[in-house]
Amino acid sequence: MKTSISILIVDDEESVRDSLYNWFIEDGYEVDSAANAKEALTKIESGNFDIILADIKMPGMDGLEMHRRIKEFNSTAIVIVMTAFASVETAVQALKDGAFDYITKPFDPDDLSHLIRNAARQISLRSENETLKNKIVTLENIEDIVGNSENMIRVLKEVENVAASSSSVIITGESGTGKELIAHAIHSNSPRKFFPMVTVHCGALSEDLLESELFGHEKGAFTGAMFNRKGRFEMADGGTIFLDEIATISMKMQVELLRVLESKTFTRVGGNKEIKSDFRIICATNKDLKKMVADGSFREDLYYRLNVVNIAIPPLRDRKEDIPVLVSYFIKKYCTSMSRDLITIDQAALQRLEEYNYPGNVRELENMIERAIVVGNGKEVRLKDLPLEPDSVIDSNDSLDELEKKYIQKTLEKYDWNISRSAKVLQIDRVTLYNKIRKYQLSSPKN
Amino acid sequence: MRNLNTKLLKEKGITLVVQGKFEKRVLDQLIWDIEIAFGWPVSLVPFTHDILPYFDAARKQYDANRLLDLVYREYSANSVKTIGLFQVDLFIPILTYIFGQAQHNGSTGIASLYRLRNQQYGIKGNERILYDRFRKVVIHELGHAFGLIHCHVPVCVMRPGTYVEDIDQKKSQFCNKCREQLESSLASI
Repeated sequence: MKTSISILIVDDEESVRDSLYNWFIEDGYEVDSAANAKEALTKIESGNFDIILADIKMPGMDGLEMHRRIKEFNSTAIVIVMTAFASVETAVQALKDGAFDYITKPFDPDDLSHLIRNAARQISLRSENETLKNKIVTLENIEDIVGNSENMIRVLKEVENVAASSSSVIITGESGTGKELIAHAIHSNSPRKFFPMVTVHCGALSEDLLESELFGHEKGAFTGAMFNRKGRFEMADGGTIFLDEIATISMKMQVELLRVLESKTFTRVGGNKEIKSDFRIICATNKDLKKMVADGSFREDLYYRLNVVNIAIPPLRDRKEDIPVLVSYFIKKYCTSMSRDLITIDQAALQRLEEYNYPGNVRELENMIERAIVVGNGKEVRLKDLPLEPDSVIDSNDSLDELEKKYIQKTLEKYDWNISRSAKVLQIDRVTLYNKIRKYQLSSPKN
Repeated sequence: MRNLNTKLLKEKGITLVVQGKFEKRVLDQLIWDIEIAFGWPVSLVPFTHDILPYFDAARKQYDANRLLDLVYREYSANSVKTIGLFQVDLFIPILTYIFGQAQHNGSTGIASLYRLRNQQYGIKGNERILYDRFRKVVIHELGHAFGLIHCHVPVCVMRPGTYVEDIDQKKSQFCNKCREQLESSLASI
């Protein structure tokens, strides 16, 4: 999360300065600190800080006075005041003077993160406005989305177009096509990236559990609810909520969801206080929602509310040109995570992978490569390391001869061209196998 | 000569300083996960100091800055990286609580199980989820000790988490970018 945003911490307590310094360094900000207002003003005059976090009570010049002076020569700096007491008067005065916000010590980590992300988003929006003027957009954090086929370039273009807005998005695609990765890419390239992306796998939760997960609950709402708990909508405030397997939610939850999307407010289970949350919603499904609307199992009004933008991810069989680059990517990924030397793939194995139809899509390919690295010889991925069944490479358009040729070739490769073993598996004698090899002009890669 | 030094350092590896009672299978699994994540040997030592002087009666919590300093001074000399594993509620002066913290690009970090338990939030306990959160916090803090900063990638272990559900959202692995940075940091030791 390296950013070019710089923060100045002004506090007379060393432990406060050190704690905040470490906290912001880990966030990737450029950080400096000052023990009093005089030192801070000297630093601000010579450096350009984006955010100034200043204690309101300091010996000499207090934080409010310092804030007024800062604004005289750096009107764009975002000033956040810290106070040890929740004093409404001082906080109001600071805000009247143009402070961005105030926070009471000690901070809840979540409040501090939220505050700084808000400030960072404001700064980022300023620079994004400049970038938009120049029409330069490049996607970030999409390393896991691999492929340069026309189909994937179209998907990434759609991600780029939709990321900057707050429109609802439905991502459709078969299982294993990478719908969640696309949701991450949208979030990571949106102005909401400083805030959380909260994922909910709707299909894994019962109706009651989903309700409590999404909306949170109040202490005593049900047996075992001993504390108040934030729901996912609340956690996604400022960020994105990603509802995976949206087609699985019940009609009751569909009504609840529609109401929340329309008002952006809700109440926790067992509570009556209305909670506001500013979230963007992205949904994913492998079902045909339009068909579900037609047969009455999915509400039409909710469908249109969610389906402002639709991104359809193609199945892997429709972008086979991406297979070599995906294979290289997964080999590198798993060799690195298993602390092994980088290996290659032999031509026959790659060819077979390119012929296969992948009902499980990219996830299936990934699992195959992971398995091949685990069971392989540590030098290259071989055909026999791949968990492909012989009939899985059969194309229904093949003639009987073509089917026989493919089946024999696969069996021979599986048994390293051991004629006796292959003949036994094929249930023909060795002479017949030799005749077939000649007929189909098959040859061992070793020859 | 460089290879020899690296070998010696690798032999020193990562040390986990264990305070309080952790189940053996939790520690065994944690050792396994850290060795997989960092490719360094991991060893355990008990935390032998009295933890009471680090208790802040006003906050009813333990001072994480002072505990980090203690682990650094007393336990980190013989390791490349050292992480103190605690069972108590940790705070730093400016924050109400923390899950863990580390010296950025330094040698030491600490992590606590205390706030990771479902029961803290009125939900039924779940040992599997608790362990999953704990290993993410420990790997995250070790990441900082190896010089990594927080990451935007939603599933990367270096994604910052201020509440437990945040931790649940990410994986225990590094994203490609953080992994590359980590590898380069490991190679430079």
